[in-house]
Amino acid sequence: MNDTRSFSLNVEYLTRVEGHGNIVVNVRTGMLEECRLEIVEAPRFFEGMLKGRTIFEAQHITSRICGICACGHTLASLQAAEAAIGLTPSPQTLRLRELLLHLENLDSHLLHIYLLAAPDLLGVPSFAPLITSHEAVVRRALRMKKAVNEVCDRFVGRHVHPITTVIGGFTRLPRPADLEAMANLLEGLRPDMNATLDLLASLDFPTFERPTEYVALVSDGATYPLLQGDIGSSTGARLPKTEYRRATNEFIVPHSTAKHTKWNGPSYAVGARARFNLNHAKLHPAARQAAETLGLKPPIHNPFLNTAAQFVECVHGLEESIRIVREFQVQGLDYGEEFTPGVNEQNRIPVHAGSGVGAVEVPRGILYHHYEVDERGIIRRVNCIIPTGQNLNNIEQDMRALVPTLVAEGRTPEEIQHRLEMLVRAYDPCISCSAHFLKVQCVG
Amino acid sequence: MKPRIAFFDFACCEGCQLQVANLGEALLDVLKLVEVVEFREVMSEKWQGPLDIAVVEGSITTKEAVERIEKIRARSRILIAYGSCATIGGVNGMKNRFPLDEIRRTVYGEHAHDFPTIATRPVDQVVKVDYYVHGCPIWPPEFIEVLQSALRGLPRFPPDHAVCVECKLNENVCLYDKGVTCLGPVTRAGCNSWCTNNGNICYGCRGLVSNPNTKGAMDVLARYRVPLELVLNKMAMYNACREQGKTP
Repeated sequence: MNDTRSFSLNVEYLTRVEGHGNIVVNVRTGMLEECRLEIVEAPRFFEGMLKGRTIFEAQHITSRICGICACGHTLASLQAAEAAIGLTPSPQTLRLRELLLHLENLDSHLLHIYLLAAPDLLGVPSFAPLITSHEAVVRRALRMKKAVNEVCDRFVGRHVHPITTVIGGFTRLPRPADLEAMANLLEGLRPDMNATLDLLASLDFPTFERPTEYVALVSDGATYPLLQGDIGSSTGARLPKTEYRRATNEFIVPHSTAKHTKWNGPSYAVGARARFNLNHAKLHPAARQAAETLGLKPPIHNPFLNTAAQFVECVHGLEESIRIVREFQVQGLDYGEEFTPGVNEQNRIPVHAGSGVGAVEVPRGILYHHYEVDERGIIRRVNCIIPTGQNLNNIEQDMRALVPTLVAEGRTPEEIQHRLEMLVRAYDPCISCSAHFLKVQCVG
Repeated sequence: MKPRIAFFDFACCEGCQLQVANLGEALLDVLKLVEVVEFREVMSEKWQGPLDIAVVEGSITTKEAVERIEKIRARSRILIAYGSCATIGGVNGMKNRFPLDEIRRTVYGEHAHDFPTIATRPVDQVVKVDYYVHGCPIWPPEFIEVLQSALRGLPRFPPDHAVCVECKLNENVCLYDKGVTCLGPVTRAGCNSWCTNNGNICYGCRGLVSNPNTKGAMDVLARYRVPLELVLNKMAMYNACREQGKTP
């Protein structure tokens, strides 16, 4: 029997992804029998731990779900918490939160493009060999990461688990000198951004197309919707964020161990590619220009190009961040809005019993936080639905379509394994996040 | 030969390894001194042999994790625990305040039996730890300092005075004077009062000082009429594993 016609792949502890996952594939005489992405991250029980604590601690604790998207969890958490207790944030607060979300997406996308995805495209096992072979690329990657980090340090205290972001606004607002430094750091990123575009334009992404449903926030406004909007689908369906359960429909699959989601079709994709496909026309002109250089047109049906769509969003996020910071330099910030709520010991924020949903476009797609609180603001119920969880079903559908084409091309099991790892990485899965609600099974 | 070093993660958010990546180009200087043989989040390379230094992030929360950390300890000359989850249990410890079956049912409902878990423990309640880098997340300059000490074979003791000391040196207005409760008076310093510099309270992420001035702290609470229960509940956010000791 030909080796490439029957084989099993069992990739334990998939590397260069955030968190712990395994890929399992079985092919018998050219037929795909089994194909799944398993999650083996230790569950941490966040929804349980939050029960009985005050809503004023929800952001601090849920930020710790994930170090990479800590600012994303922060923003979804604050939105849900404020909706639950009935607080409307000021326009200044909302604008600053938009800025934070741009920086979050920029930082996370850069990490993924350079440290997690680029080694595959450059044909090496990690960034470590690149230090000798592509030293300039590594230095640029680290320099860009550091610049975005310094902007976040100035803005919210730090990027991993931001300090100043609280219910109602910020405990400290950036001073004029901070704004100037932030603007300079961001503008200084432009040459490196152009160099990144050149690098990506020179790389060959695998070709593979599988049209699917794309889900992202949508709005009637002119802004590329990230912080606010309805839940929209490429089918044209649209729901308010409070109806998120109808847009996710979590379900258990008999042959798989992970909870999956679907909406109008068998599976859907969230993340940079989905956002690009739905909202391309609202991107900053410089981002649309970058997309053109990379040959990206909506709809992108090749999941490997999610990495390229992330870069287009980097350009958008950078230009929008510069615009927001420069605006605040001109109009000034109202420092009277700074305040430290603590756990609301002074009852400065009126609290009522209620339920609130946050829906925010974080690096990997729509993140939902849902809290129910009692009349004292004590958390009674929590539900979080994570982008990576929503993508798992779609990743498996991609794997099922991709494996037979690779087998037909006569690829070796090693090549197939590598290509599947690349596919999973292209979605930039954040397994620390998703593990808190997925069913876990250890392979063995 | 350069010292062999590997990074491992257990139950955590992986934010501390991100803090290491965030050192930027300074990271390259560190990397020149050592040979990084395993770092799953950013490297595909794996290593099963002996290690000079194991850098461990995350809490121990499953039976498999106990076996894994014991094996890592057995092949490592030096073990550094970094981040609150590893050094004191951190936010994962809040789980221990509920009966384990109850919290499993809260999160996973009828599928609770598929999620085996044991009480959260920091690394030193399972194996010996040689160096500590506290914090949620770690303060990067301290990580470099600890790594330098470990590479030189020098002892390094984490600061053992209260965050208030650093906060005063940074000339911040006391949070108690702003009418909110802060854990600075009992929490181990070494973060340069990161959170209070930014207008927020201290959440106690670095653990308690080894000999907290309980009477002084009680006086502060009395002066500002803060109920003890409020403070104890706050301390439990990061320090719930504190009383468990070393029983496996």
